[in-house]
Amino acid sequence: MAPAVLIEHLKKSYGTVEAVKDVSLQVESGEIFGLLGPNGAGKTTTLRCLCTLTEPDAGAIEVSGVSAIDNPRLARQKLGYVAQEVAIDKVLTGRELLQLQAALYHLPRAFAKERIDSMLKLLALQDYADKKSGTYSGGLKKRLDLAAGLLHQPDVLVLDEPTVGLDIESRSAVWDFLRQIKAQGTTVLLTSHYLEEIDILADRVAIIDRGKVIACGTPSELKDKVGGDRITLRIREFAPVEEAEKARSVLQDLPAVQEVIINSAQGNSLNLVVSPQSNALSAVQQALQAAGLPTFGIAQARPSLDDVYLAATGRTLLDAEIAAASTRDEKKERKQNMR
Amino acid sequence: MSTTLSPSQTSLKNAEPTSNPFGEFLQETGALARRLFIQLQRRPSTLAAGIIQPLMWLILFGALFQNAPAGLFGNDISYGKFIGAGIIVFTAFGGALNAGLPVMFDREFGFLNRLLVAPLASRYSIVAASAIFIATLSLIQTAAIVVMSAFLGAGLPGIPGLAVMTFIVLLLVLGVTALSLGLAFSLPGHIELIAVIFVTNLPLLFASTALVPLSFMPGWLQWVASLNPLSYAIEPIRYIYLHQDWSLASVVMQAPFGEVTMGAALAVLIGFALVSLLLIQPRLRRSLA
Repeated sequence: MAPAVLIEHLKKSYGTVEAVKDVSLQVESGEIFGLLGPNGAGKTTTLRCLCTLTEPDAGAIEVSGVSAIDNPRLARQKLGYVAQEVAIDKVLTGRELLQLQAALYHLPRAFAKERIDSMLKLLALQDYADKKSGTYSGGLKKRLDLAAGLLHQPDVLVLDEPTVGLDIESRSAVWDFLRQIKAQGTTVLLTSHYLEEIDILADRVAIIDRGKVIACGTPSELKDKVGGDRITLRIREFAPVEEAEKARSVLQDLPAVQEVIINSAQGNSLNLVVSPQSNALSAVQQALQAAGLPTFGIAQARPSLDDVYLAATGRTLLDAEIAAASTRDEKKERKQNMR
Repeated sequence: MSTTLSPSQTSLKNAEPTSNPFGEFLQETGALARRLFIQLQRRPSTLAAGIIQPLMWLILFGALFQNAPAGLFGNDISYGKFIGAGIIVFTAFGGALNAGLPVMFDREFGFLNRLLVAPLASRYSIVAASAIFIATLSLIQTAAIVVMSAFLGAGLPGIPGLAVMTFIVLLLVLGVTALSLGLAFSLPGHIELIAVIFVTNLPLLFASTALVPLSFMPGWLQWVASLNPLSYAIEPIRYIYLHQDWSLASVVMQAPFGEVTMGAALAVLIGFALVSLLLIQPRLRRSLA
């Protein structure tokens, strides 16, 4: 069976900016696939090319075996797209928006009515269906947008940053919803720059950075590949540098410890990479005690997707976000997204 | 806020897609036009203003030139009788010129993307929906002006006359709406579109026969006005208002380059609408392919 989404060597530039340099990925039918990366990594451009909004400079895109470039109309039928910015007409009611959506996908009238009712129910929107969508809260608007994206029963639901700007409650409602539609057999492709979101939701993830896929696999595969558990150690709440240096030299010699980094941004705390499933934690504590050093806090954790990103790019997602924020031209990007 | 999602109750099978492209085109166009009419119904102030404005023009302009010497506008007619045709055309023109604005806002707010990711039978349904909407509005405005003109003593053309007037308004609206949508897809944003509308609207009015007859104008302006499509809409309507017995052969305008008959004026308008639609086609194809 053809994969739900197949993207091969996608390339797209806007003027001199190479938004997508080389993106290839394969989304299997029935899975939730996450595209993780900092803002400006090329996630949205990839999705826009997939959804036929932007013509790629090079590369192949297929949706359930249908080329989105050669046969865009059929590909559009198989896709449901929920953009990052909620695009609703605030003068229309929720039900009217869904009626418009149904007509744009040519659903027969009787079927559309039934389907709209069931989507309103599925997203708990019945009480708001006949109110103007301009009166909705952010979470409600997102739910209406999700209902619209799913109305025509697409093979693949494509979501660009589905929970940006939502409160925690609405965010977990979106997550529950995505799990539910996955259980019903819909393939989900979403982008996010939230690690936890991808970690919680995605069966498989592609990490994308500066227009390229730098890692792809299940979240636990990727974490295993980075190797080692992480220990975060604080000698004191704010340890002096000398003391941190001393601790490092003591800990570096332990057999279970692979690497020790002093994080000056976090009050000279120590980040250790240790062999997984070892007794490193107690060994570290004993070594500190023997050296006469106190322990303010210590925690062991499996590597996160951020560690995967860090290992591949040499910077954390947060650093990449901050760097990207200073170089982006929002007005220019807005123009790119206008058609 | 209730955020618990109830599990799906129904699992509907995929609906059979209708394999009728024309039926699909009608379905899309109807739904898109319905959206515009719902917006109008919920924001009726634009319709109210759209009717009040031309009526004010009619009354104020008529009053402004009330004491102009009789015969100044030819054939012993009053200015009030003269101006009606100009206001009908100018109002329809203004409405159609603004047709691109909602589309531009849809582009800016990302709503257009919703239409562009949908498997539309033809993206020309977006154009068709706008044209239907603007044409309906223009005909309502025209009706209001015709009724008001009748009250002010300009008389009421017969059924054939009204039919030709409707035809003229529709042709003009079609051509100008197409141009406006072409601009909406070409210009970077609504500020630029409003700027273009601003510098087009009144100059085209003053460079037409809407306010004064051709014979009033200096030679160069006569040339400009007789090349202005608006004049070809105004003069036939004015002729119908001023003459009981008109035909396609009636001379409606004495242009510097020769006489223009009613039939010729209608042909020019048909040509204008067709050229406009063709002119924007490459632009629409790029944006709407």
